[in-house]
Amino acid sequence: MIKVENLSKRFGNQLVFENLNFQINDGDFISLVGPNGSGKTTLVKIIIGLEKSSSGTIKTSGQTIGYVPQFRNIDSDYPLSIEQFIRLNLKITLNPEKRRQNNDLINTILQRTGLTEIKDRPLGLVSGGEKQKAYLAQALLNDPKTLILDESTASLDVEVKNQLMDLVQELNHKYQLTVIFITHDYDLTKKYTKRALLFKNKTIEPIDVQKVSKDMFEMEG
Amino acid sequence: MFGYEFMREAFIASTFIAITAGLVGVFVVSRNMSFLSHTLSEIGFAGASFGILIGISPLVGMILFTLISSIAVGSLSTESSRREASISAISSLFIGLGILFLSLSSESSSYATNILFGSIVGISAKEVHQLMILAIFVILIFIIFYKPLSFDSFDHIGAQAAGLKTRLLSITFLVTLALSVSIGAQIVGSLLVFVLLTLPAATAKYIVHSVPKMIIVSVGLSLIGVWLGLYLAFITNWPVTFFISTFEVIAYFLGLSYKNWRLNH
Repeated sequence: MIKVENLSKRFGNQLVFENLNFQINDGDFISLVGPNGSGKTTLVKIIIGLEKSSSGTIKTSGQTIGYVPQFRNIDSDYPLSIEQFIRLNLKITLNPEKRRQNNDLINTILQRTGLTEIKDRPLGLVSGGEKQKAYLAQALLNDPKTLILDESTASLDVEVKNQLMDLVQELNHKYQLTVIFITHDYDLTKKYTKRALLFKNKTIEPIDVQKVSKDMFEMEG
Repeated sequence: MFGYEFMREAFIASTFIAITAGLVGVFVVSRNMSFLSHTLSEIGFAGASFGILIGISPLVGMILFTLISSIAVGSLSTESSRREASISAISSLFIGLGILFLSLSSESSSYATNILFGSIVGISAKEVHQLMILAIFVILIFIIFYKPLSFDSFDHIGAQAAGLKTRLLSITFLVTLALSVSIGAQIVGSLLVFVLLTLPAATAKYIVHSVPKMIIVSVGLSLIGVWLGLYLAFITNWPVTFFISTFEVIAYFLGLSYKNWRLNH
């Protein structure tokens, strides 16, 4: 569970948002929607501890949170294979038993994300959807109870978007993984998420997912 | 050729240089810092001339200058676009300073050529020991920080998202890079130290797909390069740097061709 109370953030004199109050329950599949620059990524960074809030509190039940960031610098020359890329997030160990456990964990995650067959391919050479799956797999390595996806579907074809979201939905159903999905895609919001939080006028309000519409993603005048 | 003491010393020193540069190079390449390593070698040249001018060891002068400037670059600019520009500016300043220091000091210009282009003769047993200690220090740092440094170098954004202290890792890396430049410049010269710090690792990137394998290939290529270079320099009396850079460049293009061939098959 993540409980946010009276949360505000300013960068210098500039107010990003104020008095955010909401709760995300275990097993939730929630979308965070709003125009560019409304503070979605900033909020997420505060939740995972990469940024400090200006005031207010965030209570979590001590759970691990996996975060899949919006941008990654992976060009076609990127050398690591999919499996080696995912392994970057593993803790080093010399204990043979722990190494075996790590290998099992990697295999399980590869299987869950459908990457087993292409695990040896260089990450730089696979498709956008497969890259996103690899990013997702890397974040799943710490066995998070909550997964935050920051615009993970942004640059993908409709079909690939749906495949990725089917996978996330499956993780949500089967393993009760809480999912926070930051997105600009109202079709995906309607199709996959159970609840939505809308950034509006420097604050946040709950909204019925079926009422999410295109104009909510446009800049405020 | 091992009948000569200077060749034995040069051989030991260059072995340590090759291991360090091959290892550090993997991280230079993955962090896109080839340009910075080039600049650091020019700064190293200024540092060495400064050392000669004030009468301290050129190696100490080099370490001093590269350490200060790498930390300055690291803390001044985190954005890569700005980094490129600030590196160019710093680099120009230091080449100028290096030339000034040399002209002010009473040392002959042959000393300057040695610093710039490297030399296998005239490296003393004492200097070899200094190099070995520095190289072992750099290698130890990499063993200790191997895992987080790999994560940060090969997936900086992912490492940040996973909560790693990326700024601390960056400074640690820059310190070891500065030391590696100072170590490497002793044999291949400050202008071409970046050959060993970039090309073997860039070649490895085209051939293998894991961090440990990249380190093995990169260290291997840089060892073969310096050993072959020393041997050929000994029998031809041509500069060692010429042979090392030629070998590494050929290996690089072979690696690139291999990658392209694999893509089409």
